[in-house]
Amino acid sequence: MIAMSKNMQKFDVIIIGAGPAGLAAAIYTARAALSTLVIDESSAGGQVKTTHQVANYPGFVEPVAGHELAGNMRKQAEKYSTKFRLAADITALYLSDQEKWVELDDEDKYTAEFVIIATGSSPRLLNIPGEQEYKGSGVSYCATCDGEFYKDKDIFVIGGGNSAMEESLLLLQFVKSITVIHQFDELQAEKITADKVTANPKVNILWSHEPRTFYKRENVMVLEAENLKTNKRIRLERDGIFIFVGLVPNSAFLKDTPIQLTKYGYVITGPRMETNIASVYAAGDIRDKKHRQITIAVGDGTVAALEVIHKV
Amino acid sequence: MLQTNLEHIESEEQLKELIENNEKVAVCCGRMGPMCIPIYDVFEIFQEKYPDIQFQDMDFDIPDASIIKGLPECRKFWGLPYTIYYRNGKVVKATSSIQSAKEVKSIINDVFA
Repeated sequence: MIAMSKNMQKFDVIIIGAGPAGLAAAIYTARAALSTLVIDESSAGGQVKTTHQVANYPGFVEPVAGHELAGNMRKQAEKYSTKFRLAADITALYLSDQEKWVELDDEDKYTAEFVIIATGSSPRLLNIPGEQEYKGSGVSYCATCDGEFYKDKDIFVIGGGNSAMEESLLLLQFVKSITVIHQFDELQAEKITADKVTANPKVNILWSHEPRTFYKRENVMVLEAENLKTNKRIRLERDGIFIFVGLVPNSAFLKDTPIQLTKYGYVITGPRMETNIASVYAAGDIRDKKHRQITIAVGDGTVAALEVIHKV
Repeated sequence: MLQTNLEHIESEEQLKELIENNEKVAVCCGRMGPMCIPIYDVFEIFQEKYPDIQFQDMDFDIPDASIIKGLPECRKFWGLPYTIYYRNGKVVKATSSIQSAKEVKSIINDVFA
């Protein structure tokens, strides 16, 4: 343990993560007159701010833009005097039953009696050669944003889950053809969406293959994929590559703390969002649970905040 | 029309004036899309942190955005937004697609140090 320095700023609650779970928790704790600090390595809003439209959040008859919903959540938390430290990296974190503190990249330090972890999850990267190098010039993660660059072009879609199929439907409005590369023998997406994609004559699927490397030859992207059954590699060329291969929990910053994680990196909690450390809670997509939705994240954040409020 | 709290660049002349009159300028040229919004947000946060840098945005779909789309540095870009960093009127860095706050910070520390 490192001794707390005298210049440490004290709050009642520190919330790490400014997505729907963290913001919902902040609205509750701040309204209960608890001094509340929200820290995030990015801006406020989590994955919601990068969602084109949200159509299943109660209270909105028409779909609401993700950035608008996220912006309103932040404004609501600010209205009750929540303090924010955004685009701030955590350089040190200490969590024990007796003491909790966090240090940021500008050396500001904060301590609190209660901590709520709500860092959510992020789109998974393939982490293969060429992925980063060609991001934005052949490799994309967003059909809404980049689909029209590929008008009448041939593309790959990597992945077979819900996001891959939903994004494929959008891409089909622009492209000449889609080759889906999927590691399994069947799609994991909901049948209704998967059927729409597979029924489209512009789509073909390469089953049981995984990409191993991307590179560019003149203006086309070359994908080298491995057949997972035969281990044979093939090379295919298309104009672009869209990647939608699921999510990973944002829990790397917890690796040196005693917080219990699953083997996949999600935080283990009880039904009241409590972790194995006293007065440390986890809420939202960072938690180990079956379903991940904005509404559930908001509910998690609310439960965690109410637990804190009742203990103060 | 971009719904951000950044200053919007609405013409070629405005951009030229901006980079002529300011040593350090960062411009995010995009839409109100999922890959662009995080960068506008980071720019808004960094406005306070880096007062010597002008952080502004430009709508990708206005005709005058051709001043950015036509840059040699953007010729191979196929992903929104296009984020351009100017120093003393010259492009010192250009990125395509989403960047994290950490990546933007790293670029700023590199090209504007």
